[in-house]
Order: sequence, then structure tokens, then C-alpha cells
Amino acid sequence: MFGSASLSVLAVLLITVFMFRSGLPLFKVVSVADFLFTTRWEPTAADPGYGILSFIVGSFLVTGLALAIAVPTGMAVGVFLAELSDDRSSRTIRSAVELLAGIPSVVYGLFGIAVITPASRALFGGSGYGALSAAAILAIMTLPTIITVTDSSLRALPRELKEGSLALGATHWQTIYKVLVPAARSGIIAGVILGMGRAIGETLAVLMVGGNAPIMPKGLNGMVRTLTMNIITDMSYATGDHLTSLFATGMVLFAFILGLNLIARLALKKSMTGVGGGAGA
Amino acid sequence: MMSEAETAFSIRGLDLWYGKSQALKSVTADLPARSVTALIGPSGCGKSTFLRTLNRMNDLVGGVRIEGSVLYDGVDVLSPSTDVIDLRKRVGMVFQKPNPFPMSLYDNIAYGPRVHGVKDKARLDDVVESSLVRAALFDEVKDRLHESALGLSGGQQQRLCIARVLAVEPEVVLMDEPTSALDPISTAKIEALLDELKRDYTIVIVTHNMQQAGRVSDRTAFFLLGELVEYAATKELFFNPADERTENYISGRFG
Repeated sequence: MFGSASLSVLAVLLITVFMFRSGLPLFKVVSVADFLFTTRWEPTAADPGYGILSFIVGSFLVTGLALAIAVPTGMAVGVFLAELSDDRSSRTIRSAVELLAGIPSVVYGLFGIAVITPASRALFGGSGYGALSAAAILAIMTLPTIITVTDSSLRALPRELKEGSLALGATHWQTIYKVLVPAARSGIIAGVILGMGRAIGETLAVLMVGGNAPIMPKGLNGMVRTLTMNIITDMSYATGDHLTSLFATGMVLFAFILGLNLIARLALKKSMTGVGGGAGA
Repeated sequence: MMSEAETAFSIRGLDLWYGKSQALKSVTADLPARSVTALIGPSGCGKSTFLRTLNRMNDLVGGVRIEGSVLYDGVDVLSPSTDVIDLRKRVGMVFQKPNPFPMSLYDNIAYGPRVHGVKDKARLDDVVESSLVRAALFDEVKDRLHESALGLSGGQQQRLCIARVLAVEPEVVLMDEPTSALDPISTAKIEALLDELKRDYTIVIVTHNMQQAGRVSDRTAFFLLGELVEYAATKELFFNPADERTENYISGRFG
């Protein structure tokens, strides 16, 4: 047990070291500021440009849009499962949600090409390949996390909390949105952040529907390239500084995910120490 | 004196089943208004179930079947057409384990009035203060009304929960072993409070502690295996029980 635990810690350390060793040399060629805050991505030009700002914006645009769809929907489903539906339908829906979480991302990508891009084309015009389509796919992929976490945080609350509110003459609905959801807040926030981490890190499905133009996205429906797409697109042929710049892109992605995990951990810690998080009085 | 007292709850032939097991058997009783009625008996005897029938909290449990009638102030409590929200507003409940909401003291107490539509800040301020005063908690917490209620001691939390019930201006307060999770000093404070509250409120209290029933109640009902064995003035029941089973229980021969 201890051996496997040490091994996983070691793996994280190795990945970190490897990533930084392969990515950091880029900053001998281009400054950190130019890398992060400019948009000229021409790594193979005679005067190469290594600005990834468009991709940072792309990643956050797609992820933000996805969460804007997935958070309200996922929370609603979670509340429905924990509070409103009967045990039998809850069990059925829960297994469907688990199944949703297990579908390979390439299948989501195929679904995106077959269904979402034509729908986007019909509704918003353009090619159908762009930030909106990528966000829609990511939203579906993030839903299971948000649903499961909302559902389980609500079910972990002490029963007395709900009874206390109902006994005061509050309706079931008032009890849900004024007492139960606020009491489960930290857990739900942690779930949202974990979902966000998954969305930022997702590669294949967004690559299949995002358009992948290495430019600043032109509006919500514009073609988009994210950090992950940038790495996978160029990886097969990049050499030299170009290759190094892809590792540096990976570093940035890694830092974002690490940051999100830290925030999620803090939120969870808060929900464990607060009575509302299920620890009781 | 007692016979002239106004009746709050009139219960006739109350049967209750959880699935196939019968938890209450043909319970008939009149609970007087503005006095303290204690429900005693061993664990699983049906006293909490009986209490939770009075404000329809048993609705939350699946597979419950109830027969018989419970009238409160002319309202048929068990009827499906009864407004449960209004009933619970008039018949409040304090639970065994203090259950403050994870919000400030102020918001805990203002919660009830707010869900019943009070928005006016000045009026809410008044209700919060007067409820805390009536629950004998105001002096201890007046400087920390906007801090989390979870920071209070167990005894303070329970008085906060009483204040929270009083804030919706109920007529009845049901208490389900309200001091069983508290230390003796907090228990004494809550018992003293009951003595004050019974002037204005009808109180029905479930307790495991027979000394407590003796100290705080005017009438006592003894439950055994779902049956209301004996129901009489507290002194009468403790010193001159009519039923042998009551005598055995209060003299500690079982339970």
C-alpha cells in the first residue's frame, strides 16, 4: 500500500520535473511575458512567434461557456436526484450518469461532429466548428461530475437540517434553496472546480469540433484553439524551439490544473469543518 | 382545574403503521392548551412517532399509514386537504439534536418569518430580539448575532432552535427529547425556560428522563409498545399509577 502510494507521488514529481525541464529552455528564446501575453503563433516562420495568449483565452472561453451550461443544469439534476425523485428513478438516473462519465472522449467528439456542429450551423450560422460547439461537448462531459457532487453533498447533509426547516412551515422548495443547497455549497463548489479541471484538460473532443484556428477567437461562435489543442496539433512534426514551446504550453496547462485542484481542496476542507458539510453538530 | 382547561389536541383512535409494523395502537387522548404534557416510555414505544403525528412530520417517512383522527383547534390534522405549512407554523417543533442552520444567529431566527413573507428589516430585527429574549439567550449572544450559529455551545444552539421556533409565533411547541444531547446546566436552563413558556404556549415534550417529566410537566402520558397505557396528571401518574405496567416502568423495573 505504502509502496503504491509513494509510487503515485513519485509519478507526479517526475511529470512535473520532466515538464519543466523540457519546457523552461523556451524562455532563452522568448520572454515569459511574450509567451503568455502575445497572440502571434508562427513557430515555423523565419522570425518565429511563440505567443499563446489566444490559446489561453480559448481554453478559458470554452471552459467558461461549458460551465455556464453545465453548472445550472448539473445542479438542477443533482437537486432532483437527492430531493425530488423517488428512490427507483434516482437509482436509474444515477447509473445513466455514471455511464455518461465513462464514455470515451473520441465518442463525444464523433457525437459533436454528427449532431452538435450541424445544430450550431443551423442555429448560429458559420461552419458550426467553434467555441460554442466545443463548449456544448465539454458541458455534457462535465455534467456527470457536477451532478454526482451536488447529489452526494446534499445527501450527506444531516436529516435534522431538512426537518428543522420543514417544521418551521417552510415549503420543500424553500428548504432546498434556502437551507440545503447553501449548506452543501462548499462540496458543490469543489465539484464545479474539479469539473472545470476536466474541461480545461480535455483535448480530443474539443479538437474534433472546435475549429482549431490558431488565432484569437472571434466571438462566442468563432473558431477556437485551446492549450491542449495547440499541443496535440503541432506535436507530430515540431522540432527544436517549436517542440520546446509545446512543452511550455503544457507547463501552463499544468499550472492551471494544479491551481484549480488547490482551490477545490480548500473548498472541500471548508465543507468538512463546517457543520453544514455533513459533520453534524 | 384540569377538566376546565381548554383542549389543544383531541386525538381519537389513532393507529399508525410503518409498513407492516404497527407503531401506535388506538391512541385516544386530549392534550390541554397552555400547559406541559410529557410523553414517556421506553425506546421504540411510539412516543416520538405520536409527537411527529401532531405536526405531520411523519409525512416525510415513506410507507406510513395512519388511521383515526387528530383535531387541533378544530382543524383535522391528518386530512390530506389540511394546509401543512399553516399547521407547522402554528405547531412548531424542537428536535433532539440541536439543528441550527449553517448561517448566522440572526438569519437562523429570521428564517421562519422570512419564509412566511416578512421582509421588513425593522420588524425582523424586533422578532429576532424578542425571540432570543423569550428563549433566554439574548444576553449571551447579543454581540454576535451576525456570527455563525455553529459557533455556539450545544445548549446555546438548542435555545437558539427554540428561539427560531418562537419567531414564527406558534401556538404549540413540540419537543422531541430536547435536552438528551445536553449537559446538566444547559438542561436546567431549558427546563426553567419551559416553565416560562407554558404560560403562552402549549408544550408537548418527549423525554427519556422521568425526573425531567416529573419536574416540568403538568400531565404525563406513558406509552408502551405503541399503546397509551396511562395518561394522567403528572403527580397522579408518578405517585399513584393506576396501571401495573406504569408502576413497573416508573419504579425502574424495565425500560
